[in-house]
Amino acid sequence: MQDLANIFIKSIFIDNMVFAYFLGMCSYLAISKTVKTSVGMGFAVIFVVSLTVPLNYIIVNFVLNEGALVWLHPDFHDVDLSFLSFIMFIAVIASMVQLVEMIIEKFSPSLYSSLGIFLPLIAVNCAILGASLFMKERAYNSIVEATVFGFGSGVGWFLAIVGIAAIREKIRYSHVPPALRGLGITFIITGLMGIAFMSFMGIKL
Amino acid sequence: MSKETLFSKKNRLLLTDPLDDNNPVTVQVLGICSALAITVQLKPAVVMALSVLFVLSVANVLVSLLRSFIPSRIRIIVQLVVIATLVILVDEVLKAFVYDVSKELSVFVGLIITNCIIMGRLEAFALANTPWKSFLDGLGNAFGYGWILIAVAFFRELLGSGTLFGYPVLEKIGLYELGYENNGMMILPPMALVTVGVIIWIQRMKNEKLIESN
Repeated sequence: MQDLANIFIKSIFIDNMVFAYFLGMCSYLAISKTVKTSVGMGFAVIFVVSLTVPLNYIIVNFVLNEGALVWLHPDFHDVDLSFLSFIMFIAVIASMVQLVEMIIEKFSPSLYSSLGIFLPLIAVNCAILGASLFMKERAYNSIVEATVFGFGSGVGWFLAIVGIAAIREKIRYSHVPPALRGLGITFIITGLMGIAFMSFMGIKL
Repeated sequence: MSKETLFSKKNRLLLTDPLDDNNPVTVQVLGICSALAITVQLKPAVVMALSVLFVLSVANVLVSLLRSFIPSRIRIIVQLVVIATLVILVDEVLKAFVYDVSKELSVFVGLIITNCIIMGRLEAFALANTPWKSFLDGLGNAFGYGWILIAVAFFRELLGSGTLFGYPVLEKIGLYELGYENNGMMILPPMALVTVGVIIWIQRMKNEKLIESN
C-alpha cells in the first residue's frame, strides 16, 4: 500500500510529465489559453492514460517480453518481440482513443460535447505514449502499480495544464514585451513553474 | 499544369521557409516535447536531429505516394503505422551503432512517433502534395527543427558543463582560473524552456511579423 502511495506521489510531483520530461508539450501549449478548455483536456488525458498504461502493461508482459509467450506454448520461451513495442503501443493508444470516443458519444453526449474535441488530439499526445514507454522501462511489478503510475502521471499533467492556463489568463492584462508575447512568455513561465516543481525532488520516498 | 523545374523558386521556398518564418518549433509550435528533453548535450541533440530528418522526409514521401489510396477516415492510424515503422528502423540502427547515445535518448526515440512535427507535416502537407515537394518540405522542417535543437543544446552544454561535444572548451581557454563557475542550473530541465523562450524572443525581435497580437 505504501509503495503504491509512493508511486502515485512520485509520478505527480517528482517525475511530472511536463516539468521533468516535457511530455505532451504540444497540446500543453496549444490548449492552455483558457482554464475551462484546459480542464477538459486534462480530464481526457487522465482518462486515457489510466486506461492505456495497464493495457500496454498486459501486452508487454504477456506478448512482447522475452519468454512472455510461454503461456501459449513452452517452445516460445526464447521469443523476444520487444522491438515491436513502439508500434504495439501506438496501435493500442490510437484504437483505445477511437473506442473511448465512440463509447462516450453513445452513452454520455454531455461528456462527449465537453471532451469530444480533445480525444483525437490525445492519440498524438506524447504524454500518453511516454507513460507507456516509461512503464516498460521502469518494469513495474504488478498491473496495480502500473495503473497507479498511469493515473498519477495523468494527474500531474492535469495540474500542469490547469496551472499554466490560469497564469496565461492573468498575464493577458500585463505589459509583456511585444516580442515575448504569447509563445515566448509561456515558455519562460513554464520554466519558472518547473523550477518550483523541482523543489519536490528533495523528497525521498 | 506547367512543368516545374526541380528547384524552382517555389520549391526552394519550401526548403527555406521553415528555417525562420515558419519554423516548426518557434512558430508552428510543433515537436517541443523532444526538442527540450534531449538538449543537455550536443551529441544526443545532433543524433536526434538526424533521426527526425530521416523519419520526417521518408514518411512525407511515403504518405505522399500513398495519399490517393488512404481513406480519410483511417488516415491517422495509417500515418502512425508509417511513422512507427520508420522509428523502429531508426531505433534498431541507433542501438547497433551508437549504443551509448541510444541509452541516453531512452524513451525519446520512441517518442519521435508522437512528435507532432511529423504528424503535423503529414496532415498539412504530404496528404495534398506530390512526393518531391513533400520531400523538400520534410527536409526543410527537419532542418528548422534541427537548428533550434542544436542551438539550445549548444548553450546548455557550454554554460552548464563547460564542454562542447564532450570537449572541455572553457577549461582550455583557462576561464576557470579566473574564477568562472559552471551554471549547474542549465543542466536541469526548466532551463531548456527558458532557453527556447529566449530564442523565440530574439527571433521575434528580428522578425517583427511573427509578433503575436495578444
